[in-house]
Amino acid sequence: MDLRLYMAQRITGLIMAPLVIGHLAMMIYAIQGGLTAAEILGRTQGSTLWFLFYGTFVLAVSIHAAIGLRTVASEWLGLKGHVLTALAWAFCLGLIWLGGSAVWAVTFQAVWR
Amino acid sequence: MLSVKVDLPDDGACREQAKVALDELKVTIERGPDAGAAQQVFSVPAYDNQTVLDVVSWVQQNADPTLSYRFACRVGMCGSCAMMVNGVPRWTCRTHISKVLNGDAVTIGPLRNLPVIKDLVVDMDPFFDKWVEAEGVHHGALTREDPIAPVDETSVEREMANAGIECINCSVCYAACDTVANNADYLGPAALQRAWTLLNDAKDEGRTAILDAVSGKGGCHNCHSMGSCTAYCPNDLDPMSAIAGLKRETAKSFFKRGR
Repeated sequence: MDLRLYMAQRITGLIMAPLVIGHLAMMIYAIQGGLTAAEILGRTQGSTLWFLFYGTFVLAVSIHAAIGLRTVASEWLGLKGHVLTALAWAFCLGLIWLGGSAVWAVTFQAVWR
Repeated sequence: MLSVKVDLPDDGACREQAKVALDELKVTIERGPDAGAAQQVFSVPAYDNQTVLDVVSWVQQNADPTLSYRFACRVGMCGSCAMMVNGVPRWTCRTHISKVLNGDAVTIGPLRNLPVIKDLVVDMDPFFDKWVEAEGVHHGALTREDPIAPVDETSVEREMANAGIECINCSVCYAACDTVANNADYLGPAALQRAWTLLNDAKDEGRTAILDAVSGKGGCHNCHSMGSCTAYCPNDLDPMSAIAGLKRETAKSFFKRGR
């Protein structure tokens, strides 16, 4: 790992810290009196705030996790060079796609239809 | 004859430590690539004052003259005699055998993380090459015509540099490091600690070169702060904290210089 990857992982870690706290607080708040899809969607659909909150979260997690996995794959599996880079990018983009489509689904997908 | 302290079961009546006399030690030596990494067992007479290096020397002088190993000063200054003792890297000239015996047995092998040349002798080239790669060399800006630059012994930077300069290049930290074991490019604790001492040295002008050298693929950011270097350093140095210092300085430099 070089300085560039190190800083990307540390900065995304810093971004995630308050978002994790916000996410945990939200979960505790949301389950008061039961949890329904309608309640969640009522809060998130069309909400730019929740789109930005969880959108930022997904981006930070994807970068942070991919760099961590890259280190594990390098040290434990001995992967190097293009294979290592490709694996890290695939994992990063995969997380962005999974997380991003989930965020899109609960915020603007229905609104756009 | 060697007296070894043995802890007896604490039954309340007998809290004293008893001394068990040993006449012979069972010494297993890993013979390296020439012997197909075979382990060979030697019986070595036990003495009251006997270091691990003394044991190895006895084997070479009395049992098998083909045994290869390295030593020079025998007083913990030269850093030549480090070996794995019961799987742990140690300076053998300053390690009393009674400290490491399992009953009457001890296993001695070549240092980890370095290519074995023969028996207990490893090739130290990768270790020293990485010192140079980490810019662990003097970067002077003055000539012999210039007056000698004053050094403030009480400055914070000097104290940080002083904390790391007693390294004897024994490679115990390098052998102890699991990150080195899993990442051949990693510069390792000793080289990075030297880079840190030079970064804090008022007489060294290589700041940019050092920060660039420790920011690359094998640089300080690979360290997982597991701390084996600090735990096993025979001189009680703290390479892990030196590497943490490099991470801080390179991060500051990243925001200032963009690299």
